[in-house]
Amino acid sequence: MTDEKKASEMIKELMDKHYEDALEAKKKGELVGWAASNFPQELAECMDLALVYPENHAAAVSAKKASLPFLEYAEGQGYSTDICSYARINLAFKDIKECEALQIPMPDYLLCANNICDLMVKWYENLAVELNIPLFMLDIPYNTEPAVTPARLEYIKEQFRMIIKQLEDFTGKKFSEERFKEVMEISSASGRAWKRAMSTLMATPSPMNGFEMFTYMGILVCNKGRKETTVALNKLADELEERVKNGETSYKAEEKHRILSEGIACWPFLGHNMKTLMQYGINVVGAIYCDAFAKVYSNLDEMAIAYAEVPNCVNLEREVASRVKIIKDHNVEGMLIHSNRSCKKWDGFMYEMERRIAQETGIATAYFDGDQSDPRLFSKAQYETRIQSFYEVMEQKKAAAAAGEGTR
Amino acid sequence: MSNVNEVIAQFQEVVNQPGDHVKKYIAKTGNKAIGYFYYAPQELIHAAGMLPVGIWGGNIEPSSVRSYLPSFYCGILQTAFEMGMKGLYDCLDGMIIPNLCDSLRASSQNWKVAVPQVEFISLVPPVNRKTEAGVKFLLSEYENIKNTLERISGNKITDQALNNSIKVFNTYRQTMREFTKVARNYPDIITPSIRNAVIKSASFMDKVQYTALVEELIQGLKTLPVKDWDGKKVVVTGIKMDSPALLKILEENNVAVVADDLAQESRLFRSDILQTSANPLENLARYWSTMEGCSLLFDPEKKRCDMIIEDVKETGADGVLFCMTKFCDPEEFDYPIFKKRLDAANIPHVFIETDLETETDEQARTRIQAFTEMAAL
Ligand code: SF4
Ligand code: SF4
Repeated sequence: MTDEKKASEMIKELMDKHYEDALEAKKKGELVGWAASNFPQELAECMDLALVYPENHAAAVSAKKASLPFLEYAEGQGYSTDICSYARINLAFKDIKECEALQIPMPDYLLCANNICDLMVKWYENLAVELNIPLFMLDIPYNTEPAVTPARLEYIKEQFRMIIKQLEDFTGKKFSEERFKEVMEISSASGRAWKRAMSTLMATPSPMNGFEMFTYMGILVCNKGRKETTVALNKLADELEERVKNGETSYKAEEKHRILSEGIACWPFLGHNMKTLMQYGINVVGAIYCDAFAKVYSNLDEMAIAYAEVPNCVNLEREVASRVKIIKDHNVEGMLIHSNRSCKKWDGFMYEMERRIAQETGIATAYFDGDQSDPRLFSKAQYETRIQSFYEVMEQKKAAAAAGEGTR
Repeated sequence: MSNVNEVIAQFQEVVNQPGDHVKKYIAKTGNKAIGYFYYAPQELIHAAGMLPVGIWGGNIEPSSVRSYLPSFYCGILQTAFEMGMKGLYDCLDGMIIPNLCDSLRASSQNWKVAVPQVEFISLVPPVNRKTEAGVKFLLSEYENIKNTLERISGNKITDQALNNSIKVFNTYRQTMREFTKVARNYPDIITPSIRNAVIKSASFMDKVQYTALVEELIQGLKTLPVKDWDGKKVVVTGIKMDSPALLKILEENNVAVVADDLAQESRLFRSDILQTSANPLENLARYWSTMEGCSLLFDPEKKRCDMIIEDVKETGADGVLFCMTKFCDPEEFDYPIFKKRLDAANIPHVFIETDLETETDEQARTRIQAFTEMAAL
């Protein structure tokens, strides 16, 4: 049986349905949770709990250019502009409760995980206090060591047990081991499909415009434990493989330079950024999400480790290594770094990381200032000049490499 | 009085030249010194026969640090790195960096490269600190640190030594709580700068010696008459308030600090380590679960705000000064809730942002002036 729908449509429909289902659940009087993007959604999925992800919501609202009123409201409440804009948008939404760009239901409980940042803990504390609802906290300790230590693993697993119990008590639903296994399998299958799709970007030319990745990855945040997601992502992988086979691509320019996009997308200016890059024939063929969002595991220990090894949760050496791998595998010539005002952790050792990556791979690097959601912190003019010189450096490197080859 | 002044002068000397003081200690005792940010197990360092040195940055213009930390990192980290990179911490044999905020998380990794001569010692305290799993996890973190400290010092940390250190530190904590209470009665002598100098000195001094000196100060103060204070009384909250310029502004405006909720001050000695287990390391780990009232501790009820309100009631303060360390997101998240709760309790409060010490505090001056006038109503 072949599905006539394209993967992109399937993914969009699934995202729409994710939000509709949550609203519907709320209407029916079911309990709805708000969850951190890297909270193991498997735990909730196997108890059939409706969840919404504030980070994903904030990103979507920003991409629809509707973030500013929320940011301004939060500032009026005393929130500093220094705070991550996702948090500001969401903390404003909790009061305003209406969002024309994308409505979400209010939460009855909160699922927080701090693997991607510690700011998450403060954000969810504030939600819990102000909404007076329970906060179930999953602490995934930062890995200063090269691997997740046995003590960390034990601590995380203890908390899995604790949170399952808390959820059971709070929702009155039962956790079933059997269903959990099934959800783990589906999630891993979604992860494998994502990996397969992303590995097609190794081809030259890449079969797609890298910006599409940013719209697809939301589904892994929100819905990876559902069969429909696995189906859609496998469809995506099939389509991309087919394009590679035929030498086709959805990138609507000549792919002159292949880059790694580093940092969270600048959502309010996604279109502008994409067009600017296209002007120079620069295509994004890699991002940390390629590997990071695909969590593949076959038991509880492996699942705990997968969630403990997400970006921002591993040490400098590992962060460097994961990027170097993508750069090499995907034949990347340059790294474009979003110095994202929101994300202190991500930016925190970017300078050192960039130096090491440049040294190990010899690729060109460039920075631009911005913010994932706060449109006031991005300058089109700065972006355009930075891209122009980035392009020139890549051209020079290419010419030099070609000359080097000629003299050999 | 002369005795009180002499003791105070000793503390002032320490905070004016903390590096010199630490170096002198090392030269005199032959012991090593270990730096730390915030809540590190100082007792372990002490039990290994070394000096724990609290690192809070300092008065230095950030320059070299620019190649490691983004410009929107707090002044504490900017200046601590700058000092480390300039070799000012070379007298330290290690640096414990606890993972308490995102900036510290990333900084731990930068430290390894930017200040390689001062060994980075990892500490990732559990967020779920009140659960048994959390205590167990912290115990494992402390075990690692214990091993590292034994290696660096060459001394074994015995249970007996650790028990002794816990006693030393509990005495220090009790003494400090008494000091803050007694100091309230003498705002003319224990001015905001002096109060800060006395408390901050603990970061750089041997705790036994330090505690004895504070005790002497307390006894000295108690012999003096308690005078009426016609200025304002405030409770201060935040990470730290040790900018000499800002402290001076308070003094110029006749503002007395009657209690604090600062990470550099009272948060360090609000409660004692309980001796509930025969294993002192476990007692140390359990301490983390009993601490309250800090933006860096998981606090889903924001008890911190209630504790500040209690302090105001207990001390009869005229209001609260929120001393915000610029770019400190844990504190920035607490502020809106603090504001709401204090407004609801009808307690006046003022927001002051501090950045690098090298910067002027004109805005702070205006705000504090306005605040003292408002609080007079
Ligand atoms: S953008 Fe950064 S700071 Fe904000 S929620 Fe994500 S990881 Fe945390
Ligand atoms: S808690 Fe605040 S002041 Fe302290 S290191 Fe973190 S950001 Fe800086």
